[in-house]
Amino acid sequence: MKRSKPTNSENHSSPPVKPVHSREDLRELQRTMASALFRPLTPRWGMQKSWTDGRPTRKVAADFIKPNDRLSSFERLEIYNRQYWFRLLDCLHDDYPGVRAILGTKKFTGLATAYLTKYQSNSYTMRDLGDRLEQFIREEPSWTTPRELLASDMAKSEWAQTVAFDGPSKRTVVADDLLGTSADELTLCLQPYLSLLHLNYAVDDFLIAVKRDEQDALRGEASNAIHSAPRASYRRKPVRLPKKQQVFLAVHRYDNQVYSKRLEPEEYQILTAMGRGETVAAACETAILQSSKTDLNWTDTVKNWFDTWTALGWFSLPK
Amino acid sequence: MPANQFNGFTDYGIGIGLRVPHYRHILAEKPVVDWFEIISENFMVDGGRPLEVLDQILEQYRVVQHGVAIYFGSADNLDKTHLKKLKRLVRRTNTPWLSDHLCWGSIDGRYTHDLLPMPYTFAVAKHTAEKIKAARDVLEVPICVENVSSYAEYHASEMTEWEFLSEVVELADCGILLDVNNIYVSSKNHRFNPYDYLNNIPHHRVGQIHIAGHSKFEKYILDTHDHPVLDPVWKMYAHAVKLVGNTATLLEWDDRIPTFDEVHHEALKANKFRESFVAAS
Repeated sequence: MKRSKPTNSENHSSPPVKPVHSREDLRELQRTMASALFRPLTPRWGMQKSWTDGRPTRKVAADFIKPNDRLSSFERLEIYNRQYWFRLLDCLHDDYPGVRAILGTKKFTGLATAYLTKYQSNSYTMRDLGDRLEQFIREEPSWTTPRELLASDMAKSEWAQTVAFDGPSKRTVVADDLLGTSADELTLCLQPYLSLLHLNYAVDDFLIAVKRDEQDALRGEASNAIHSAPRASYRRKPVRLPKKQQVFLAVHRYDNQVYSKRLEPEEYQILTAMGRGETVAAACETAILQSSKTDLNWTDTVKNWFDTWTALGWFSLPK
Repeated sequence: MPANQFNGFTDYGIGIGLRVPHYRHILAEKPVVDWFEIISENFMVDGGRPLEVLDQILEQYRVVQHGVAIYFGSADNLDKTHLKKLKRLVRRTNTPWLSDHLCWGSIDGRYTHDLLPMPYTFAVAKHTAEKIKAARDVLEVPICVENVSSYAEYHASEMTEWEFLSEVVELADCGILLDVNNIYVSSKNHRFNPYDYLNNIPHHRVGQIHIAGHSKFEKYILDTHDHPVLDPVWKMYAHAVKLVGNTATLLEWDDRIPTFDEVHHEALKANKFRESFVAAS
């Protein structure tokens, strides 16, 4: 095949071309470009004028990006910088409507930007983009103050919904699986898609209200273009923030639909103990002994709980 | 050529991308569609609703997988976890071929989630081809690589994009997913003749064609997939069909998605050019 001559420079002021003749050269170029993309945009959604070491970003861009007759190297790189942030902020905007509703869009965008600056995506799928958001809110509460505890609870709950939506499942336990197993020795695993949460706010009801008009959606874009910043919230009227209240929640799926189920404290205690690998008998005994409730028929109550949990398919056998 | 080793010797017609807003319509109405293209990464999950929908689609339709995150052009090694999940999906869908982009998007394990252009050098072509071959060995299915739209070029490039694409696919002995809209977008952004691109690639390697809409801005064009296909792209498609034959064609519509019928109607416009080709040949 006929090959064209190298097309290194279009104007006389172009810097010397750094060749890409090896995988390490390629890595260096890609690191530079990725660094440019990962840097937050200015308040006016533009690329930062100064590079990490104080050099003008236009000089850094000119070192590896060709200008054309309409756009400088800086402007061409800026297109990618903007698309990166618009795409990722849009994803968090869609995946965390509860945190967004608590903070408001502007403050949420600040939180998301700080989060993505500290924790760049380490997964091939944007589904995992928020997997460390709750951790970040705890680490840097200034982004959510004075609602850091509420925002943390909500982020935890919304991530649990992601896990419940498409997380793995194991074969559900049926009665025959338990034949011949002594009750004292019986251990059961919880389904991997099931999250047990101890929360300080009733974020479940709040989230239902916030999402009432929003539909869950997969990200199906194969286009590599995003051309606008995350849109402002379209909520017609603000949903009242939840009151402080201790809530135990199971976030799970049933028939492939995601649900949140409130739990009694003892239910939460039994299930979390079983999740740690304790036997069913030990988990129940500890929870009952530590309970302040004295007027319950524990045999019937615990049996009912297990009937419900089993019907919901929450248990699988250990390997 | 329509059926070749790069698309598993299939002879698919016009397909459309499987998108969430259309699920209900497709599952309820079961419209006649030749095939659906799925975004692999949306279904590389461990359970839940996405796989339930996919299985229902697979009962009725032919499905081809299109990926957005292998990143053949990244200096990083292939992600083994990604490939393992992809192979599991390949077994589920029985896709006759699989496509992903000729681009990079991650480095040092950090992901941009974009389809970034590559420096067009021989060393990069060799590295990229080796990754394509390695992926094919693992996945055991023909691979077609798609040309991406781009908004920047590198000083380091030693050849044109179509020369680079040709070099890569020859070295990897793989197919091409020819995105006609992406060629048009890049030709405007980089000022080259898109017909030079179409005329100078190995036509026998084209296993699939993409068409889509784009958005014009003052100084550049963005590949937004949120419009009907524009006339210049249809003209290029007609030319492409003359060169490569009636190859499996897919309309991409990913944003501001209209009704299923509107998308399908737009896709079926491609038939006009395919029929012209048959009449002329």
